[in-house]
Amino acid sequence: MKKGPYEPPSQPIVGQIFDAILMLVLVFITLYLPLWLKLAGGGTTTTEYPNPSWESLGQNAVMAAQWEKLGIAPEKAATIIGTRFDYNFNWTALAFTALIIVAYFVFIFRYSDHEYRDVIAERFGDDAPTKTVEPR
Amino acid sequence: MQDVQAASQPGFQTPKVSLPDVSSVAGAAPARKIALLRVLGPGHVWALGVGIVLVGEFMGWNFAVGKGGPIAALTACWLAGILYTCVAMIDSEITSTVAAAGGQYAQAKHIIGPLAAFNVGLYLVMAYTMLEVSNAIVTGDLLEAFMANLGVAGTVDKRAYMVLTIVALAFLNYRGVLASLTMNLLITAAAFLAIVVLFVATQPWAPGAVLQHDALLVGLPYGNLGILAAMHFGLWFYLGIEGTTQAAEEVRSPARALPLGTMTGMMTLLIAATATWYVCSGLMPWEYLGQAVTPLYDAGRLTGNRWLEVFLFFGTLFATVASANGCINDASRAWFAMGRDRYMPAWFGAVHPAYHTPYRSIVFFVPVAIMFAVSTPLDQTITFSILSGLLGYTLMALSIVLFRRKWPLGTIQRGYVHPLHPLPCLLLLLLCSVTYVAVFLGYGTQLVAMMTFYIIASAWFVLHRYKYVRRGDQFTMHWPKPRGY
Repeated sequence: MKKGPYEPPSQPIVGQIFDAILMLVLVFITLYLPLWLKLAGGGTTTTEYPNPSWESLGQNAVMAAQWEKLGIAPEKAATIIGTRFDYNFNWTALAFTALIIVAYFVFIFRYSDHEYRDVIAERFGDDAPTKTVEPR
Repeated sequence: MQDVQAASQPGFQTPKVSLPDVSSVAGAAPARKIALLRVLGPGHVWALGVGIVLVGEFMGWNFAVGKGGPIAALTACWLAGILYTCVAMIDSEITSTVAAAGGQYAQAKHIIGPLAAFNVGLYLVMAYTMLEVSNAIVTGDLLEAFMANLGVAGTVDKRAYMVLTIVALAFLNYRGVLASLTMNLLITAAAFLAIVVLFVATQPWAPGAVLQHDALLVGLPYGNLGILAAMHFGLWFYLGIEGTTQAAEEVRSPARALPLGTMTGMMTLLIAATATWYVCSGLMPWEYLGQAVTPLYDAGRLTGNRWLEVFLFFGTLFATVASANGCINDASRAWFAMGRDRYMPAWFGAVHPAYHTPYRSIVFFVPVAIMFAVSTPLDQTITFSILSGLLGYTLMALSIVLFRRKWPLGTIQRGYVHPLHPLPCLLLLLLCSVTYVAVFLGYGTQLVAMMTFYIIASAWFVLHRYKYVRRGDQFTMHWPKPRGY
């Protein structure tokens, strides 16, 4: 039997504006604020080079020539060369992050399937048989 | 509240096979349906995909060099190429069958369910908005650098150019899709030509003449872990190619134009990515390349040819503008589709009465883009874009399994059937998992922040927004009932 259509409530314009603003606030708090507070970003280590020269920075003659063509002196290059990513990580943190991602996808698929059954029931009817169409 | 027009062509592709007139087949869509104009051909699809992505050759990809060194970046470039080939194959099959505005969003709606569709819609909006922001940042930095190199007196406030880029392109999209995508076709071709000219000018057939790989190329400064870490920004070489599907409702012949435009776009990008890496790694020390904002423009400068520098300046400018233009187009269409389905307030589902564009969705994201562009580092906005794309690819890999299970081959008309199923989806899942770990290395906090955003948004949808959604309207294709339901 085909399920009767669900009639959703109509949303007043004030509610629509509130929902739109809510999305902006969510973007601001979860994505922008951590960046603004400098809580997110590349985990790096810094090596100091006192009185840097191309040799002490490990740059050969060709490398040094290219840095200079770009208008960069050894003092400025030292900051760039001395900044490296820090790939030391905590296995527990990695496992926790993986758990969040897996749990998120499990929830998405399980709850979507629950909603999808409502959609199909309303569109096709609960007891309609599945038909196969042969392409011509 | 909505501005609507009676649809002359409904927003779905009617299968060419005759479907049985039984209750197991979805009924016709409502008579009055908000519709976009069908005016685009395969060239526009190619331009939309490549136009969004080609900017990845001009900036952003080089952060992969910073994360793992040049060899790791090249490995990541090819691995990401495999990932995106899988994406293009899977996406072409689904999109050539589910041709509706919103692309992957509409696909998730028909294949997985409303909550997944809501999330996919958000992935698309966030990925393209953050890509648009990244383009605006590069435009500002590029103009600042170019003015400085020209010796123009005084200082240039790059933030003004960032704002101008976003506002001007939003206006162009507001006025009409055909005009903006035709412009994309032209400036994408010019940007691609800039890469080809740079490649030829650096004489790759004569090692040592201009390119100095022997002296500049180093091994793996971070060891093998660097290859894994580089996958993070390796995706930037191709991110957005799946954007071709966003225009599905505006394409004249989706079954032909979408696979053709997407796959030729992928080939274009594979060639451009390898050429870009080869030229840049032969001109710059890897430490500089790994943090440069405009690496191809810098490559032009390093050749010592003033004309080439100017050409690369315009090439970079064109690429960023074309990309930002395509991003506004794609993000607004995904948001429009969500508004039309009431996943977001219905107010966003309006089409402009004169220009037939989703004008409210276009305008809504302008302040968000400006806020991030003027105050956020480039690698951070790129990471947000990559993460949203990555979540979408993960869902896509699982989605194709459901699609083939619910409608096995032969049960519905497909415009394109991708080969070797399920190998592409398994490979895609594996490479997505590798990329999550790559992002975790160095950008773990952002990964958690992004997941927090999507989890809270999902809870909001389940607890609040879903009650406004018409259940039966979420399935508009003329397909038989899915198996297992």
